[in-house]
Amino acid sequence: MSRVADQHARRIVYGLSYVFLIGVGISMLAPLLWMLVTSIKSPDADVMSLAKWLPDKAHWGNYRKVMVETNFARALFNSFLVTISVTVGQVFTSSLAAYAFARLEFRGRDKFFLGYLATMMIPAAVTTIPLFILMRYLRWVNTYWALLVPGMFSAYGTFMLRQFFMTIPKELEDAAIIDGCGPLGVYWNVILPLSKPALATLSILTFMGSWRSFMWPLIITHTRDMFTLPVALAQFQEMYGVQWTLMMAGSVIMIIPMLIVFIFGQRYFVEGIQLGAIKG
Amino acid sequence: MSGKRRSNLIGFAFLAPNMTGFLVFTLIPVTAAFGLSLFEWNLFQPPQFVGLRNFVDLLGISRDEAGWYCNDPRFWKFLGNTLFLMVNIPICMAASLFLAIVLNQKIKGRVIFRTVFYLPTICSGIGIMLLWMWVFNPEFGLANSVLKLVGIKGPLWLKSYHWAKPSIMLMGLWGAMGGTSMILYLAGLQGVPPQLYEAAEIDGASTWQQFRHITFPMLTPTTFFIFITGVIGGFQGGFQAAYVMTQGGPDGATSTVSYYIYNHAFQWFNMGYAAAISVVLFGLVFVVTLINWKFGGKKVNYV
Repeated sequence: MSRVADQHARRIVYGLSYVFLIGVGISMLAPLLWMLVTSIKSPDADVMSLAKWLPDKAHWGNYRKVMVETNFARALFNSFLVTISVTVGQVFTSSLAAYAFARLEFRGRDKFFLGYLATMMIPAAVTTIPLFILMRYLRWVNTYWALLVPGMFSAYGTFMLRQFFMTIPKELEDAAIIDGCGPLGVYWNVILPLSKPALATLSILTFMGSWRSFMWPLIITHTRDMFTLPVALAQFQEMYGVQWTLMMAGSVIMIIPMLIVFIFGQRYFVEGIQLGAIKG
Repeated sequence: MSGKRRSNLIGFAFLAPNMTGFLVFTLIPVTAAFGLSLFEWNLFQPPQFVGLRNFVDLLGISRDEAGWYCNDPRFWKFLGNTLFLMVNIPICMAASLFLAIVLNQKIKGRVIFRTVFYLPTICSGIGIMLLWMWVFNPEFGLANSVLKLVGIKGPLWLKSYHWAKPSIMLMGLWGAMGGTSMILYLAGLQGVPPQLYEAAEIDGASTWQQFRHITFPMLTPTTFFIFITGVIGGFQGGFQAAYVMTQGGPDGATSTVSYYIYNHAFQWFNMGYAAAISVVLFGLVFVVTLINWKFGGKKVNYV
């Protein structure tokens, strides 16, 4: 008797769970869909009313207008240039350092590593002001150098890759060393090929972080030709604040590359989040 | 060259690119921030050494005929705002945990749900903030349009002194409840040995008792990790929302410490004072990190 009741209760819980999950899913999706719908509404039509949720005709002109009138195309180019360079640079410098920390023997290695770990907790706000002053001295303000170079070094990336490199069996390296590989050869021919998942994870996380990064580009760029997408979007909002159709078109343009990266790298996300969480 | 020197050399050669950047763009700036906090400097005139005056102006209290007052009441107000917004951390954590538990039943289409819940995290950034400004638009926004359908006159959201912070928190909840912490909780749940539940069921433990005495304790490491990283991020948070969505208003209701630092440094050009605030912020984060080191190592075995 109680078994039957138990099963019954379980089925109810299961059904309720579904209702709940679908409800949450809808509330996650609704604002995003609304952004998409607004972005293809004609600006002079009855944009605002909820009754006319879907426009009669998709008005793609908003996208053209955003791209042409507001220098968005240039900002898009800047964002890609910065994000890709920062990602490549960070993966490169981090993997070299991570290899040194994981495998090479040298004086003070573990102390240096602890130092790296300790700096991960330094708030960005602390370094930003002196960094800006440094950029002024270097005459890098409002140049690509300022957008690119400081982002290429990451304690977090070094830490994450080191954790991964530690799990690679040493025998594989020994074989390469017997074949006459030096440290650089081992790094390039053994470690990197075996670490593709970790490298992909770091690349994706860095790409996402750099793509949406806002405060530093805002501080360091002053002219429209140097803006990255987030800064251009913020400035755009100051200028065209009430033109929601254009603003939503701009937001969609900003989000699409992140969605694409996510779709291709989905499985690395879960791994990456967990690798990042193993901080001791 | 001896073998030891050679291996030292190779080690540092591998470290060099990262270490150089690290020195120039992290270590020197951090040191400089402490130095800078002792100066008054507007970038255009030579810096003036003022000792600890910035810290006195920031944290100190004074007295006049009317009584005691804070030297910089705005700082305390914005610190209060920052802490208020951090109330969202446990709320988001509870929501994430609940979602994770529901998802962790043998639900069909779990991967689809997980992906949909993770979407806001993927999209996060200024695009999402503009979207929420639109959602919170008092006249035409999605929020008030939906409320109107059920006959409720919605608030002014971001334009109201009392609703502005809750609005930002609501956006935060939407963005975070299905994000990183939910995925960490899901992983944590899968690490709980099923025998524990079987044993509890034999003993006749209710669902709530199982949660209270098995699930929650087993997830302590995950909870602790999410909480600490949340608090560390929370102290530094709020800049982007304040800058993009509200300009810190209405009447300072959404200004946070990091927004205050930005304004002092890059709007009002008080470089020294801004550095002093950032040093205080560093101190706050440092205390949390110490707590993490002290208690994290013992009680917490990470996922």
